[in-house]
Amino acid sequence: MLQSEILQIRSSEQVVEVRQAVRSRAADLGLSLVDQTRIVTAASELARNTLHHGGGGTMKLEILNNGNRRGLRLTFEDQGPGIPDLALALKDGYSTTGGLGLGLSGSRRLVNEFSISSNPSEGTRVTVTKWK
Amino acid sequence: MERIPILKMGELLLVTIQVDMHDRMALALQDDLSERIVANGARGVLIDISALEVVDSFIGRMLGNIAAISDVLDAKTVVVGMRPAVAITLVELGMTLQRVRTALDVEKGMELLHASLREAGSSNHNAPI
Repeated sequence: MLQSEILQIRSSEQVVEVRQAVRSRAADLGLSLVDQTRIVTAASELARNTLHHGGGGTMKLEILNNGNRRGLRLTFEDQGPGIPDLALALKDGYSTTGGLGLGLSGSRRLVNEFSISSNPSEGTRVTVTKWK
Repeated sequence: MERIPILKMGELLLVTIQVDMHDRMALALQDDLSERIVANGARGVLIDISALEVVDSFIGRMLGNIAAISDVLDAKTVVVGMRPAVAITLVELGMTLQRVRTALDVEKGMELLHASLREAGSSNHNAPI
């Protein structure tokens, strides 16, 4: 692990800041332009979920150095109401806010690793990783 | 809040999105464009997104909404200049923007709008009395 930073997600302006921070780190890491776009788009979807479903939270951004493999790991955390049915929330088209329901299911397709845990008393944590 | 400028050119409205829009800004653009279509009697809308490095599901939905709203208001919308990386990511995300007309660049988008205006004009002209 080389470095990490934590960004706040409390407003739609800060969702833009998340996109810009992820873009900058992904470019530094040398991800291809398409992979940069994938991870930035996934970050945008997940940050919006943190804001709207979780009532705000944080994103931790980490540069991973695993032997000769480098990657970018993003962890979104909130202390919101949690997700009662994870399998349902991960389905394409399922939305509780009148959106398209592509945030979780779509961002999962844009990254190499995806994990989610949610608990009604603790909130939600989503971790995604894009390897170079 | 900063707003995206909308330029009028004859019967067309032109929008060039050059900033990374937050969600409220995208919603404001949708509202502003709907109002301007009616206020100016616009027949076509051209939205240039060539400066956008990311189009997520929210912006994608906004583009779809604008296309649908303009259809209802008897105007055509064309989205131009999408970057290849953005197109790949949108499709993988699950958004195919099926109801949104697109063109590769501003010039081709203008041709498309002018052609649809001519078509609309001639069909009116030939309509039975």
